[in-house]
Amino acid sequence: MKKETLFEIKAIYRDDFRVTGYTFGEGEKALCIIGSMRGNENQQLFCCSRLVARLKRLEEENALVPGKQILVIPCANPYSINTKKRFWCTDNTDINRMFPGYALGETTQRIAAGIFEAVKGWQYGIQFASFYMPGAFVPHVRMMETGYQDTELACEFGMPYVVVHKPRPFDTATLNYNWQIWGTQAFSLYTTNTARVDEESALQAEKAVLNFMSRRQLIKTRAKGGYHSEIVHSTDFISVRADCSGFLKTYVNPGQMVEKGQLLAHILDPYEGYIRSELTAPVHGVISFVGDEPMTYENTAVLKLIREKS
Amino acid sequence: MIETVTQIGLPVDEQLCIKKNRLIPDDGGNGRRISVITGIHGDELEGQYVCWLVQQRIQKHPECLKGTVDIYPAMNPFGIDSVTRGIPAFDLDMNRIFPGDTDGDMNEYIAARIVEDITGSDVAVDIHASNIYLTEIPQIRINKITADRLIPLAKKANVDFVWVHDASTVLESTLAYALNSRSVDTLVVEMGVGMRITKEYGEQLTDGIFCLMKEKGIWSGDVHTDHIPIVCVDPDEVEFLNAPVSGVFVKTRNHGALLRARDEIGLIIDPLQGTVLDRVVSPCEGWLFTVREYPLVDQGSLMARILKGHMDEARLKGGVIQ
Repeated sequence: MKKETLFEIKAIYRDDFRVTGYTFGEGEKALCIIGSMRGNENQQLFCCSRLVARLKRLEEENALVPGKQILVIPCANPYSINTKKRFWCTDNTDINRMFPGYALGETTQRIAAGIFEAVKGWQYGIQFASFYMPGAFVPHVRMMETGYQDTELACEFGMPYVVVHKPRPFDTATLNYNWQIWGTQAFSLYTTNTARVDEESALQAEKAVLNFMSRRQLIKTRAKGGYHSEIVHSTDFISVRADCSGFLKTYVNPGQMVEKGQLLAHILDPYEGYIRSELTAPVHGVISFVGDEPMTYENTAVLKLIREKS
Repeated sequence: MIETVTQIGLPVDEQLCIKKNRLIPDDGGNGRRISVITGIHGDELEGQYVCWLVQQRIQKHPECLKGTVDIYPAMNPFGIDSVTRGIPAFDLDMNRIFPGDTDGDMNEYIAARIVEDITGSDVAVDIHASNIYLTEIPQIRINKITADRLIPLAKKANVDFVWVHDASTVLESTLAYALNSRSVDTLVVEMGVGMRITKEYGEQLTDGIFCLMKEKGIWSGDVHTDHIPIVCVDPDEVEFLNAPVSGVFVKTRNHGALLRARDEIGLIIDPLQGTVLDRVVSPCEGWLFTVREYPLVDQGSLMARILKGHMDEARLKGGVIQ
C-alpha cells in the first residue's frame, strides 16, 4: 500500500487541504474508488476506510492480481467533513458540481481538476455517492445514461438493483458523468445511509466492490453471494408524495415488499396530533427509499417504490 | 394589486407564498407586459430597491402606464428571510431548478408555478447582485445562444456592460434560460454586491427598465438613457484573476477603474505573520468591472475580472486611472 497526497491547497489559518490516495498493486490503472465528497458523507468515508483495510490485507496475502493497480481516495473534501458543512466551507459550492474542473479557476473548480487529474484514465471508477434527500435507500448501483454505460457490467457488483439515470443539466458537472465521458466505466454505489454510519450496508457495499473486483479479475479471491441485479431506470421509481405538511411517521423499510393500498406512512398535525393524511402504496412493489426527517413539507417525495415486475 | 403566484403549506402554522404586485392602467392597458424579478438568491438585495423605485415612478405618473408591470420582489422568501443564498432547509440553489415540475417536490413545484406565471410577458428582467464576495458594475449577462435576440434589447437597458458568455449545460436550469426558451425575452442583470443596496445602481437600472417599457409600449412617459454599454462577445476579452494563495485580500482599486498593465489591484496579506503574500497586479490594460469585496480568499478565489482593451469606451463611461 502506498499512501500519497494527490492534491493540496495551502490555507491561511487551517492545516493544508489534502486529498489523500491509497494505491494497491502496480501496473495498469484498473480501478479507482472515491468516497466522501461532501461534509455529511460519513457513511461513504466509512465504506472506503473498510476497503482500504481490506485491500491492505489482500495485498499482504498476495491476493491482488499482478499488473493491476487500484486507487482508493477515501475523502475528497476533508475540510467540509471536519467542519460538518455539506459543501465547501467558504462559498458553499459543491465539488461534485465542478467536474471536470478547471486548474486555473475558483477553489472548488481547482479541487475538482486536481482530483480529476488523479482519477481519469482508470478503466473502472466507483464513487460512493449520496442522495440529496435525507433518508434511507435500498442499496444499488447507479449509472448515468451517457451512451457509454454498460449495465451488464454494473450487475457484477451483485447489488439488488442497477439504476440507469438519464442525466439532467446539473448532472453533467458530476464526477460520474465526466468519468464516463472520458472513457472510464463509472458506477455510483448507494448504500443505505449518508450522515449516519450503517455497518450492515457498509459491509454489503464492501462485498459488492470485492465481487466486482473478483469478476473483473483484479483480485484472486472468488466472488461470494450477491444478488442477481434487476436493472431499472430512475424514471421507474414511483414517488409517494406528502399531500400536506406535518410530522412524518413511516411504517416500512427500504427493500420491503408492499401491496397496493398498504399503509406506508401517516402525516400528523404538529399542533393537535391528529392524522392529517394517510400515505398508501400506489402499486405492488418494493420500497426503495424512505425519508427520515421528522417533519415533511407538502409535495415532498417521502417514499419511493419500484413497481413489482409481473 | 397584490397577487399570490403560488403558495404551499409549511409544517407548522405558516404558508409559503410567492407574491407579486401587478400594476395596470385603469382601462386595463394594451396587453403588453414586463416582469421585474428578483430575490432568487436570498442574499442579493440590490433588486429590492429597484422593485420599489419602479413602483414609485409609476405611482407619480400613472397616466403614462399603458401596459402591465408585474413586480416579483421575493422569489425565495426563505432565503431572503434567513440571509441565505440558496433555499434553506434544502441547501439548494433556486436558480438550478428551473423550469421546475408541478409534480415535483415543493421547490420544483414553486419554480414551475413561477415560470407559468411569468410566461406570456413581452420582456423580463431578472435582477441579481453577483454574490457577497464580488462587486459588479451594472451589467447584463447573455447566453450566447440568445445573443442575437437579446443584445439589441440589452443595449437599451441603461447598463454599463453587456457580457455574452459561453453556453453551459448547467445554466439550462436557470430561470432566464427557462423563460427565454418560452419566448420571454429575459435579461439577467448583475450589479453591486450581495447583502447591500447601491442606490445609484438601483436608479440607473430603474431608468433602464423604463426604457425597456417604452420600447415595448408599456410606458409613454419620458425616459433616460445616460449609459451605453460596452458589449463583449469574445470570451477571450475577459481576464479572470484568481488568488494564487490563501490569505486576506485588501483591494487598492475600486470597480470601474481603468488599469494599465502591472497596475496594483490589491494585496493578499497574512495577518498572522504580518507579511504580504502576493501583490495582485493587472496582467493587461483594461477595465476592472468586477472586484472582490469579501476579504478572505482561498487559493483560487476570484478577485477580479478585467475587460481587456476597450479603454476609450470605458473612459467615456467615467472610468479613470485611480
